[in-house]
Amino acid sequence: MVQGSFTRTERRLRQSIDWALVATYLVLILIGWINIYASIHSSAPPSILSWSTRSGKQFVWILTSLGLAGIILQLLPPRIWEAVSVPFYIFVLGLLVLVIFVSSDVKGSHSWFDLGPVRFQPAEISKISTSLVLALIMSQPQFRISRLKDFLKAVAVIALPMLVIVAESETGSALVYLGFIFVLYREGLSGWWLGLIALVVGLFIATLTLGPYWAIMLLAAALLISNARVEKRPGKLLGWGSAALLALSLIPWLWGLLTKAVQARMDYLNSRIWVPQAGESLDYFWSFICGINPVVFIIAAAAVAIPLLLWKAYMKKKGFLAISIGAFVAGVLLVFSTQFIFEKVLKDHQRSRIEILLGMKEDPSGVGYNVNQSKIAIGSGGFSGKGFLHGTQTTFGFVPEQSTDFIFCTVGEEWGFLGCLVVIALYVFLIARLMADAERCRGKFTRIYGYCAASCIFMHLFINVGMTVGLMPVIGIPLPLLSYGGSSLWSFTIMIFIFLALYREEKKYF
Amino acid sequence: MSPNPRHISLLIGLGAVALLLLVRIFSIQILDGRYKSDADRQATVRETIYPTRGVIFDRNGEILVGNKVAYDILVSPRDVQPFDTLALATVLNVTPDFIRGKLLEFERRKSSIGFQSVVMMRTVPAETYMRFDEVKYRFPGFRGQVRGIRDYPVNAGGNLLGYVSEVNKAYIDRHEGEYEQGDYAGMTGIEAAREKELRGEKGYHIYLRNVRNQIEQPYKDGAEDKEAVPGKDVTTTIDAALQQYGQELMNNKVGSIVAIEPSTGEILALVSSPGIDVSQLADIGRHYREIASNPYKPMYNRAVQASYPPGSVFKLVNGLIGLQEGVLRPEMMYPCNKGYHFGAGHKLGCHVHRSPLNMEESIMMSCNAYYCYVLKNILDNKKYASVAEGLDAWNDYVQSFGFGRKLQSDFPAELSGSIPTSRTYNRYYGKGRWNSTTVISLSIGQGEILATPMHLANLCATIANRGYYYIPHIIKESEEIPLDARFKQRQYTKVDTVHFPKLIKGMWRAVNSGPGMGGTAAIAHIDSLDVCGKTGTAQNPRGADNSVFICFAPMDNPRIAIAAYVENGGFGASYAAPIASLMVEKYLKGDVKRKGLEKKMKEDNLMSRVKTK
Repeated sequence: MVQGSFTRTERRLRQSIDWALVATYLVLILIGWINIYASIHSSAPPSILSWSTRSGKQFVWILTSLGLAGIILQLLPPRIWEAVSVPFYIFVLGLLVLVIFVSSDVKGSHSWFDLGPVRFQPAEISKISTSLVLALIMSQPQFRISRLKDFLKAVAVIALPMLVIVAESETGSALVYLGFIFVLYREGLSGWWLGLIALVVGLFIATLTLGPYWAIMLLAAALLISNARVEKRPGKLLGWGSAALLALSLIPWLWGLLTKAVQARMDYLNSRIWVPQAGESLDYFWSFICGINPVVFIIAAAAVAIPLLLWKAYMKKKGFLAISIGAFVAGVLLVFSTQFIFEKVLKDHQRSRIEILLGMKEDPSGVGYNVNQSKIAIGSGGFSGKGFLHGTQTTFGFVPEQSTDFIFCTVGEEWGFLGCLVVIALYVFLIARLMADAERCRGKFTRIYGYCAASCIFMHLFINVGMTVGLMPVIGIPLPLLSYGGSSLWSFTIMIFIFLALYREEKKYF
Repeated sequence: MSPNPRHISLLIGLGAVALLLLVRIFSIQILDGRYKSDADRQATVRETIYPTRGVIFDRNGEILVGNKVAYDILVSPRDVQPFDTLALATVLNVTPDFIRGKLLEFERRKSSIGFQSVVMMRTVPAETYMRFDEVKYRFPGFRGQVRGIRDYPVNAGGNLLGYVSEVNKAYIDRHEGEYEQGDYAGMTGIEAAREKELRGEKGYHIYLRNVRNQIEQPYKDGAEDKEAVPGKDVTTTIDAALQQYGQELMNNKVGSIVAIEPSTGEILALVSSPGIDVSQLADIGRHYREIASNPYKPMYNRAVQASYPPGSVFKLVNGLIGLQEGVLRPEMMYPCNKGYHFGAGHKLGCHVHRSPLNMEESIMMSCNAYYCYVLKNILDNKKYASVAEGLDAWNDYVQSFGFGRKLQSDFPAELSGSIPTSRTYNRYYGKGRWNSTTVISLSIGQGEILATPMHLANLCATIANRGYYYIPHIIKESEEIPLDARFKQRQYTKVDTVHFPKLIKGMWRAVNSGPGMGGTAAIAHIDSLDVCGKTGTAQNPRGADNSVFICFAPMDNPRIAIAAYVENGGFGASYAAPIASLMVEKYLKGDVKRKGLEKKMKEDNLMSRVKTK
């Protein structure tokens, strides 16, 4: 009888593990392992298990990861994570700071501990500790994200490791922390924040690629749509607003025509021999006009519209309109300072990466080499790929960092579009499953932690794959579970299996 | 529990990002073909395999032109990394400046070269290449390529064989799609005429290379490779020994010898002097300027490209036409008083000989006056309404011997020479303002008649065959190269074959009458061989007369018909006759007994007589 009830518990325990998630995890690390082997393949292929190759080493990392997973699931009590989160966070933060001083320089960044045969990057672990602490504080019953104090608390937990990592010159890894905004959003942060961040990034890119005029137009359009959304009867606002925007968008075109006409007239004047006469001063007037930057017209329009709108906001008690006007002014300042930021604040390598990404500069042999080679490798894969071990670009070293940051190139080249589709589908399933499981949890801690894990994997996926296909700048972060490397594999394993342990704990009580 | 709306919007966001990535991947993998070609270009190297060029044999299977191995040093400018210029220069036996200059030149042509390899050095000897091969890993971008170059075991037929050199831009454009930079092609002679057979087909290996430009493995295990198809061998009709002997005899003389096997039309020897030494052919690039600036134009194949007045040799043609027209009978005698007198004190001179003569004797002694009568009778024949009509009838006969037109031999460059028609003289003198005496010099092969030495050899073969000829050709039929049908057909002249033996007796007597009998070609006599010949002494407006001689032997079943033409050689008997006769002896006897004559012919130098301006 006792025996029977024990086995039932045991069975329930086993059933309560989300095996679909585990299976997805296993399939991804297997895909990673095979592709790491393919990346280092040469004419004389060694065994996939050979210790001298990265695939052999990765095999060891996989085994130890599975060991870690077993420990987390079977040996450690799930409650421990809540308890250790703060000291763990502080410890990892200490490591992050320490590594700046003791690490060797790896391509300009100071983020690796050199431990003899292996290297270890604390920034990987830091995602877990940050997730745990974020889950801890946000799961407190009295925590309200809409309260400024609580919001700042959450932001501080995220920003602290992020800033240290920026100080390590690992800007790429730091970007991942921006993904925690999705967690805050899920827990009640206003959607306007997401919009605001998107707008800032959008303005930055628009300023650099399209110039300040169109960046400001974009800003005005975004604010117009925002106001229309909060307005009960947006018809009038939309009508006037879009008419004004349309009129303003015609100005650069008119200016182009005018400039052409004036230029022709000036050429004609210059071609004559005699001295300009009195009536020709009109020509100089027009050439002066077309020398004016069209931005001036936007400023002028704004100078007229802003006081009017402010008065309207005051009279009709429209807070959002007032905020929008503030946002517009701030946005314009951002646009004008962007050029300054771009040229003075960013470092050379960061600037050039952005320039390549935005298509402002073509440089296939210099900074653009990585991206170009990566695109060639993936692009040459075609629909079904060149077949396992038959990729020429990844096999023969044309793609740099091919087993780590550019592992997706091997997938793209050897397995083609089908392979890419499968891998991305697996990731989407993994992330969506994490989110769905998190949603099912009653405990806020587990739910928030689940969203943290999902966000981290999502950010890695987006940035890494985006980088290999030229949608994102070259930011050296690994593709979770696929890229070669112990630190990365261990930390994502721990991250996922902590959630699985917490999730099973949840289910125990049902 | 209703789902959290934030959960839903985040899922939608996730889906949107995944879709964005997939669309991007789809566009670079499926929609944009650029990346595939980029990948192929950077990961594969195509190594051209040059086929071995066909060998050129003589009629007896002796190799006239073979192949030997040399190497080209290639460079792919895009793959070159900084290297030790001095070390490479030392290995390749050139100056560092040479390499720098070449690389600078390639830098300028960067856009047209692209990812291709270009030749930096040509035909490097094997031992230099071996040195380079050991250290080439230190010079990425540089590699060697085997290249067969021509090898000439015997010094026979220099400009007849022609030379092979790298194709230039104009040549590539002329033969669209057939050649690319770095290919070789035959430019003159047989090399050019039989280029299509000799060149073979290029093949290639495709290799995969890694980012350091090392060859990794064959692409698709060589499935896409193409083997080179070797060029076809060409067997010529040339007899190497005879050809070489002819060249020696013509040493320091300007002119030609053409020897034909009458029963086939095969050219046994075709000497144009001065010619090109085969050692110069092998390295034409270095000698080209020297050859081209030689005032005696050694590139010029006189045997088919020089038109000369044929001189007295042409009396044979006039005689045959006269016989055919019935205005001449062999027994007819005509007087000769040191020439043919016409009008008021005009005279076409002749040398001192017996008079009057019959036809046989007129050939034997080469009487000018006799053929003035013959031509006059042909042109003034009552059956023609006018001299003009008579001349055009005469022209038809002459053309049927191959004169005045291209013989359609396998020499693309052969000239047609020229035979006048009534139109020619109407143009000169006006219609009706000339008569048979105006054109009387045609009787002795002077005036407006021009023929190449090959025309003369062909005439000789026609007479040897008693009335027909085979179009002369230099390529012998072989399994790989069939002979064009035109070379297998007898070409009959408009003169009936019955008339030919009547002249041949005269030609025999010209050679074999013995000393003091008045035969003009006694010097061509060879013991126990019935040589039949006819001398000619053609006026040359630029100095001494040209020496001309045609002969065939033996008289019955002739095996060789030969024409020799020596510019400024004087009487036919002075140079052309002995040279042609020695050739016949060499060919039919294998060994020349008349050593003194041979020595004199080989050593005599007529170059000072030749005016080049």
